[in-house]
Amino acid sequence: MTAISPENPTIPISNTTPDAVKIKNLYFSYPGKIPTAVLDISEWRIRQGDRVFIQGPSGSGKSTLLNLLAGNLTATQGSIKILGQDLGKLSARKRDAFRASHLGIVFQQFNLIQYLSVLNNIRLAAYFGNKDSSDIDLRAQQLFTALELNRMLITKQAGNLSVGQQQRVAIARALINSPEILIADEPTSALDSTTRDTFMKLLINISQTQGNTLIFVSHDIALAQHFQHVVNLIEINRARIPSYVR
Amino acid sequence: MFAKVAWHSLRNRKYTAMLAIISVAISTFVLLGVEHIRHEAKESFSKTISGVDLIVGARTGQLNLLLYSVFHIGNPTNNISWQSYRELADDPKVAWTIPISLGDSHQGYRVMGTTDDFFMRFRFGENTALSFSEGKAFSQIFDVVLGADVAKKLNYRLDDNILLAHGLGQVSFSMHDDRPFRVAGILRPTGTPADQTLYISLQGMEAIHLGWRDGVKTPGKKITDYDIETLNLTPESITAFMIGLQSKMATFHVQRQINQYPNEPLLAILPGITLTELWQMMSAMENTLRLISILVLFSSLLGLSTMLLSSIRERQREIAVMRAIGASPLFVFLVIQVEALMISLVGIIAAIAILSIGILLSQSALAENYGIFINHFSINNQTLGIVGIIILSTFILGLIPSLSAYRMSLHYGLIERSYSIGSRDGNDFVEWEKFSHCFEYSIYLIEILNSN
Repeated sequence: MTAISPENPTIPISNTTPDAVKIKNLYFSYPGKIPTAVLDISEWRIRQGDRVFIQGPSGSGKSTLLNLLAGNLTATQGSIKILGQDLGKLSARKRDAFRASHLGIVFQQFNLIQYLSVLNNIRLAAYFGNKDSSDIDLRAQQLFTALELNRMLITKQAGNLSVGQQQRVAIARALINSPEILIADEPTSALDSTTRDTFMKLLINISQTQGNTLIFVSHDIALAQHFQHVVNLIEINRARIPSYVR
Repeated sequence: MFAKVAWHSLRNRKYTAMLAIISVAISTFVLLGVEHIRHEAKESFSKTISGVDLIVGARTGQLNLLLYSVFHIGNPTNNISWQSYRELADDPKVAWTIPISLGDSHQGYRVMGTTDDFFMRFRFGENTALSFSEGKAFSQIFDVVLGADVAKKLNYRLDDNILLAHGLGQVSFSMHDDRPFRVAGILRPTGTPADQTLYISLQGMEAIHLGWRDGVKTPGKKITDYDIETLNLTPESITAFMIGLQSKMATFHVQRQINQYPNEPLLAILPGITLTELWQMMSAMENTLRLISILVLFSSLLGLSTMLLSSIRERQREIAVMRAIGASPLFVFLVIQVEALMISLVGIIAAIAILSIGILLSQSALAENYGIFINHFSINNQTLGIVGIIILSTFILGLIPSLSAYRMSLHYGLIERSYSIGSRDGNDFVEWEKFSHCFEYSIYLIEILNSN
């Protein structure tokens, strides 16, 4: 485990493949009467294929950072490059399309559209990723096998699955477009300890076999053991957020 | 794809969606129904009579005369004397006349005493003459000709004997039971009150009333065949008569002449003009009905958009998920908009189905009780226009929830926790009522339009 910090960039820079994430002089504040910096990161990068654990207390800007990485928010100043693409230079539409095909996102809970079937949830993601729909079902089944999910679940309505099953389906959904980067935001916080361990094992395995870059956010430091790199956001974020914006 | 998502989403909330559909269906039903019946009633009234230049009766309201003489609605107030009738009928400007004598009935259907001229001269629709499906016009005194519906409903055939009742009630206590009538002919259906009427000769009408005084049978007095053969069966009076003129140019002249007839107070009307007056009278009511049905529709569409707006609040997570997997705000906007349109469309289809069935079921009752002949419901340009307006209104009112969703999908973080972005914007869209965002919303709309 190595802590990456702007002062100590231990990862050698490869010139052939672009970094999964490359942040430079990022400054972000929510628009308002008194702009208050939420994020202020001078330099930070994640290499492709890395598994990074981002840790930080409440209010350290984790959510904002993830929204910026996903292209839902844009930097006030500075640049965020994902896979070499500067998100700030894309239009909102293109950012949405970019997110669909290059990023997989797994939330804390309620990852699936509850009234759609499991398969339709996955198909919807494939639709946004502009993937050929003919092999979606086959790929979904492969992912299901890898995630130790019963194939019979695929026709069920998402809302009828247990939380643990839903979280695993969420991984399958996030990976259906073979994204380079998988972002997981506290994906285990709704799980009990047994399902959490299974979930972590499956997540790490599948991202390893698929060769994804995994960005995992949690406040549960016990999970950091699964990761090569651990980042404490407080260390790289120079902005100190006053309690009233939290 | 958004249609698929919208469809599943609606199925998931099937009870609220059903209520919204029912509400749209009812209001569309009212709107289309009012328009259809209004149109059909007008059609039905104006095709009931054609080729008749004047209708003459005892002095009464113009409308009243038209209604009782042609539509068999309401009751005549007074008769006109046979003498006056003959005098006017013999005027050289008059080509033909059809006398009308009312007052008897058969099982609720009115009996009209007239002459052969009725079958020859009377025109309905676009100048269509009456024709017989069976038999022919009355030739004997106790012959009767049946309108198509009368024969069908009461299952009468040629040569059946029927009894007429005195007065117009469905149940009559004084029957002309001494003299049955033989069915001599049955008319083809016309889609006018003519179908609901029995026709006898004026002589027959006179004959069954022999021995009656002031509408009551004189006890003990039997009318024999001898009486009928020997007595003069020329009526003393008739209810009204229709006139066909030699030249239409003379219409107003003859009308004035009749209205100023010195021997008796008479009234002559032009059926077309009187109908127009009727429509003018009705138009205020028509407009009120139309206004009410439009308001009902508006409120049900508003209810639809309220239902969707409140569902948006429950769907913050869903919208965040869609955004996370790469849905553009436009997609979110379309999902909500398509949901609104689906509800509205299903409601409209249901309304058209109910209306078609309802009209099929009530056609005969309307014809029998009101003499109004409503055609079965068919989709014409006007219907399509109304449906188009409903769908357009749905789209416009659907902007309230769909722009809320659009706005939410822009401002709401994909990744949000209770302490961070979520609470910043979460309740904002509830403040829609304040209209403080109207400007902002119109910008979103422009944005959506531009983005495609």
